[in-house]
Amino acid sequence: MVRTQKSPKNGLVKMFLLSNIFSDPERMNQLVSIAQTSLYPMVEGAIKYTIPLTLITFVLGLILAVLTALARLSSIKILQIIARVYVSIIRGTPLLVQLFIIFYGLPNLGITLNPFISAIIGFSLSVGAYASEIIRAAILSIPKGQWEAGYSIGMTYTQALKRIVLPQAARVSIPPLSNTFISLLKDTSLASLILVAEMFRKAQEIAAKNYEFLLLYIEAGAIYWIMCTVLSIIQGRIEDKLNRYVAK
Amino acid sequence: MINIKNLHKSFGDLEVLKGIDLEVEQGKVIVLIGPSGSGKTTFLRCLNLLEVPTDGTIEIDQKLMEFKKTVSKRSITSFRSLTGMVFQNYNLFPHKTAVENVMEGPIIVKNIPKQKAKETAKALLTKVGLGDKVDFYPFQLSGGQQQRVGIARALAMEPKVMLFDEPTSALDPELVGDVLQVMKDLAKEERMTMVVVTHEMRFARDVADEVIFMDEGKIMERGTPEQIFTNPKEERTRRFLNMIQ
Ligand SMILES: Nc1ncnc2c1ncn2[C@@H]1O[C@H](COP(=O)(O)OP(=O)(O)OP(=O)(O)O)[C@@H](O)[C@H]1O
Ligand SMILES: [Mg+2]
Repeated sequence: MVRTQKSPKNGLVKMFLLSNIFSDPERMNQLVSIAQTSLYPMVEGAIKYTIPLTLITFVLGLILAVLTALARLSSIKILQIIARVYVSIIRGTPLLVQLFIIFYGLPNLGITLNPFISAIIGFSLSVGAYASEIIRAAILSIPKGQWEAGYSIGMTYTQALKRIVLPQAARVSIPPLSNTFISLLKDTSLASLILVAEMFRKAQEIAAKNYEFLLLYIEAGAIYWIMCTVLSIIQGRIEDKLNRYVAK
Repeated sequence: MINIKNLHKSFGDLEVLKGIDLEVEQGKVIVLIGPSGSGKTTFLRCLNLLEVPTDGTIEIDQKLMEFKKTVSKRSITSFRSLTGMVFQNYNLFPHKTAVENVMEGPIIVKNIPKQKAKETAKALLTKVGLGDKVDFYPFQLSGGQQQRVGIARALAMEPKVMLFDEPTSALDPELVGDVLQVMKDLAKEERMTMVVVTHEMRFARDVADEVIFMDEGKIMERGTPEQIFTNPKEERTRRFLNMIQ
């Protein structure tokens, strides 16, 4: 109680101290130098783990997602059920719990996977489930007449799917899938908790040594932010390109 | 060319086609009229096997399909290639240009080399009056132009019979003429066998060899355009014609 009452004043004091950092050139230099020296290992973590993990799991996840969406839409009951159960389990449990089961849990069954492989499996399963819903909705949004037009010129189901429906569904699903991709990039920070030496784990390791938590976590956040911004720009370009056959 | 016997189609409990018999000779144009819900679209879709009939037989170009037993997907696909379908709302592929729409079937289904398919497609588009629009996307074309691409797309597969389901009913009146002209040329110059659902009476008078009046899933009356339009035998035909004129 007493503390909360005082907190506005406390806040002011803290802000004063913060402003002091900027007016204290020595401390300032120290922080800049720490930020600089930790940048290299963090970028290395991003290049060696964060980015490959994101790209690999997104591709694997998309393949899984298309298969799951097609299974959900197929007329074969057992495929539908498998797909439903898979999506339900992944969406109904936290990603962190899934990662822990794969990395820390499976060894109890004699299945020991290294951190990176565990992360790839965990994130791919996650993307596969979420993206399958996006792709399924996109396929369903393509009018029945498009299938029929394909059939009427002699196409089989597979041909109509590949040539007519999926290309149009891809356009519809690009914006939500880009969001999935950006979320995935950020979610890879969870891999730090199963010992993958990705960017955020690097930040944690450095901070554990020099206690500059605020600086290093802000720095990590800034690197994520830059990567996400670049992705958003690319996303915009792709959407423009895919929109070329739609009335402006 | 076409020989249909005792064709039935039900959707669940709803019987939509109640035994249709029809013969069409090579090169003839049949116009199908009838009130909404009488089963005209369903009938055309059965000829193209977009709907599989529940009973009866269809013979096209000496190839026979019997619907008493279940039919395989493969035989449906090959039988379907005998007919070309033109849809009321065109159903062009929006992500492909006019020429790509027309090439798609020949390339993917018939495995014709791309360059050759493109030449044929361009020639077809020129024939329907769209030689200068080959690289346009559907959204850049008027409804009438889109429908003519639709006709070219169907023709590219070299069907024996062309099916038209109210090809001009979604069009602004001033765009109807071009589409009907293309269909007329197809009938008169190419001697294409055609089954056309339309309420364009002028077209029926000029082009149809026979007009068929359908009601409640049955053929109620058939005859030359002259007979049907000026002197229908059935009361119901008369009432329907009064209503639409
Ligand atoms: N896929 C379907 N499932 C269930 N009922 C259907 C289906 N398709 C058509 N029907 C029904 O079959 C009947 C005939 O429909 P159809 O579309 O063939 O009529 P139509 O003569 O073409 O009518 P219109 O002039 O309005 O186009 C209608 O009662 C319709 O509701
Ligand atoms: Mg109809």
